[in-house]
Amino acid sequence: MLEATHLRKAFGALVAVDDVSLRLEAGQIVGLLGPNGAGKTTTVSIIAGLITPDRGEVLINGRARTGDADPLKRKVGLVPQDLALYEELSARDNLRFFGALYGLAGVELNGAMTSALHIVGLAERANDRVKTFSGGMKRRLNLAAGLLHDPDVLLLDEPTVGVDPQSRNAIFDNLEELRRQGKALLYTTHYMEEVERLADRVVIIDNGKVIANDTLAGLGRLLPAPAAPGERVTLESVFLTLTGRSLRD
Amino acid sequence: MELIALLAIIKKDLQLFFSDRRAVVMAFVMPITIASFFGLVFTPRSPDEVAKISAVVVDEDNSAVSRQILSGLTTDKNLSIRAVTAEQARDVVRRGDAAVGIIIQRGFGDAAGRAFFRGTDKPELDLLYDPSHNAELAMVRGLLTQHVMESVSREMFGGQRGQQLIDETLSQLDAAQMSGDQKQLLREMLTSVRKFNAGTGGSATARPPGVTMPYSVREEAVTARGKTPYNGMAHAFAGMGVQFILFAALNFGVEKLLERQRGLFRRFRSAPVSRLTLLAGQMASSTAIGAMVLVASFGFSMLIWRVRIEGSVAGFVAISLACALMAASYGLLIASLGKTPNGARAAAIPATLLMVMLGGAWVPTFIFPAWLQRVTVVIPTRWAVDGFDAMTWRGLGFGDALMPVLVLLGFAAAFLALAVARFRWEDV
Ligand SMILES: Nc1ncnc2c1ncn2[C@@H]1O[C@H](COP(=O)(O)OP(=O)(O)OP(=O)(O)O)[C@@H](O)[C@H]1O
Ligand SMILES: [Mg+2]
Repeated sequence: MLEATHLRKAFGALVAVDDVSLRLEAGQIVGLLGPNGAGKTTTVSIIAGLITPDRGEVLINGRARTGDADPLKRKVGLVPQDLALYEELSARDNLRFFGALYGLAGVELNGAMTSALHIVGLAERANDRVKTFSGGMKRRLNLAAGLLHDPDVLLLDEPTVGVDPQSRNAIFDNLEELRRQGKALLYTTHYMEEVERLADRVVIIDNGKVIANDTLAGLGRLLPAPAAPGERVTLESVFLTLTGRSLRD
Repeated sequence: MELIALLAIIKKDLQLFFSDRRAVVMAFVMPITIASFFGLVFTPRSPDEVAKISAVVVDEDNSAVSRQILSGLTTDKNLSIRAVTAEQARDVVRRGDAAVGIIIQRGFGDAAGRAFFRGTDKPELDLLYDPSHNAELAMVRGLLTQHVMESVSREMFGGQRGQQLIDETLSQLDAAQMSGDQKQLLREMLTSVRKFNAGTGGSATARPPGVTMPYSVREEAVTARGKTPYNGMAHAFAGMGVQFILFAALNFGVEKLLERQRGLFRRFRSAPVSRLTLLAGQMASSTAIGAMVLVASFGFSMLIWRVRIEGSVAGFVAISLACALMAASYGLLIASLGKTPNGARAAAIPATLLMVMLGGAWVPTFIFPAWLQRVTVVIPTRWAVDGFDAMTWRGLGFGDALMPVLVLLGFAAAFLALAVARFRWEDV
C-alpha cells in the first residue's frame, strides 16, 4: 500500500534519516520505535510529503507524489506529534477547516466530521473551544483530524503522549478498529508496551538507521536465549539491547 | 478542490482574528481612539475658541504710552494679559503659568517718543519667555510691534507728552549730530506736526488715532471646496489607519509563526494544497483584515467627525486596497523572515513604528526637514498617508491617486517576492 525505500535526509552535517526503508500493508500496524532524536518524526515527515528526502522515494499504491497538490496526498493521513489544533476554535470548526484542506465540503464534510467526532468520543463537546479540552481530549481530536478524509494510510507520530490510561485505551481501540477496516497504520512511539500491544511489525531506528525490521516474534529471536529459565523476553529488553542504554538528546 | 481550501483558509483566519480580543481592540479601537485624540488636538478651532496666549505685563514706566500699550494688549483677542510686578513676572514664566512676560522699563514712553522721529537711542523692551513656547513668543513679538507703534504714534500725534517731546526735540535740534539739510527737514516736519496737533486741539476725543496698521487680512484656507473647512481628523485617521493596518499585518505574520510552532503548518503541508493556494489564502485574509481596519476607522471618522472624501471615491478605494495589500505582504514577509513568534514580534514592532513615523502618520511630513521629506519617499506609509490626504480633505481627483496606488502596489509586490523567496516550506 505504501512503500518507502532508501530514505535519507541530512540537516547540515547531521544525518537525521539514513537509508530507511519500510512497507505499510493494508490491515497492518507497523510500530516505528526509536529513542529521542532517532529520526522518527523526520521519517514520518518524508512519508507524509512535508520534507523532500535527499535520496530515496515514497510510493503510494505504486505511485510517487508529483507535487504539493497531488490528489494522491488524500490517501495519507497525518497525526502530528504536536497538538496541531486551533485552541480558539471549536472542535467542529477545527475539523471543518482540516477537512476543507482535503477538499471536503457540504454533506460529505458534515458526515465525515460527525463520524470522526463519534469515533474519538467527542461528539458531545464538538462545539466547545479546544482550549477548554483536557490533554486527552485534545489528543483524541488530533487523531480525529487525521482520520477525517478517510485515508488508506494513517501516520501517527506519538499519538498518545501525555494522556491518561483511559484516553490511551480509547485511542488504541480506535486504531485497532481502523486496522480491522483495512487501513495501513504507522505508529511512532518510544513506549515499548504500546508496540507490543498494537504492532504487527516493528521497525526500530536509531541515529537515523534501521536496526531491526521484523515481527514481534522475529524480534524475540534476535535475543540470546533467556539467561535464567522463565525470564520473559520483552520488547523492552530487545530495544535496549539494540540501541544501548546511554542517554540520547 | 483548491477553491474549497482557499475559502476555508480565509474563513479560518478571519475566525481566528475575531476570536482574539486583543487583536480586535488593536485593530479597531486603538486607531479610532488615537486618531480622534490627534484630530482634536490638531484641528484648528473657530476664532473665538482659539486658546489665548497668556502673558504678563510689568508696567514700571506708568506713562501715557505704557498705559496705552497695556490697554491695547489687554483688549487683544489673541492674548490673555495680567499686570504683575517684575519679581512676579519672572516667577510666573518660570512656572509655565504664562508663556511670555513683557517688562516696560521706567522711561520707556519718553525714550520711544524721542526715538520715534530721530531713529536713535531706542529704548529696550524686555521679554521673558518660556523656552517651550517659541511659537507664542513670535506671536507676542508681532502683536507688541502693532500695539507699541500705535501707542507711541498716537501720543506723538496729539498727546500732551508728545507735544512736550516735540518741543524738546526742536529746541535740541541745533546740538544734534546731523547734516544741515537733515536738520532743516526735520525742523520743518516737527513744526508741521506741532501745527497739526494745535489744529486738532489736543483734546482727547478729537485726537487722531496715530499710526495704525494700514491693512487688514482676509484669510482663506484652500481645501477641497470653497466652504469646506480643513478637517485635521482626516489626516489623523489616515495616519492611524495606516499605522494600525500595519500592526494588524504584523500580528497576522506572528500568528503564522505560531501556527508553525504548534505544528499546524504540518497539516497544511500534508494536505493536497498548492503553495499558491496557501499564500493566496493568507494574502486574502490579511488583506481583508486590513481593509476592515481602514473601513472601521474611516467609517467612524465620517460618522462622528464628519470627515468626507472630497476627492475621488474610486481613488480612495483604490488607495485603501493597495494599502491593505502592501500591509498584507509586509505581514507575510515578517512570517517568512521571523523564526520564533516572540522574536519576530520584538524585531518587527520597532521597524513598523519607524515606518509609520517616517511616513508622516504621527506628524505630517511637511514638518520634517527638507532632506528627510525627500528621503521618506522610499517609505510606503508616506505614499499611503499622502494619498489618503489627497482623496479626503485636499479633494483631489482620481489622477492624483494613481501614483500612490502604483507605488503601494510596487511595495506589495516587492515584499511578497521577498516573502516567497524566503518562505520555509520544508521547515515543518
Ligand atoms: N528542521 C531541522 N533542522 C535541523 N535538525 C533537525 C530538524 N529536524 C530534526 N532535526 C534533527 O534530526 C534528528 C532527528 O529528529 P526527529 O525529530 O526526526 O527525531 P525523533 O525520533 O522524532 O525524536 P523524538 O522522539 O524526540 O520526537 C534530531 O537530532 C533533530 O535534532
Ligand atoms: Mg518525533
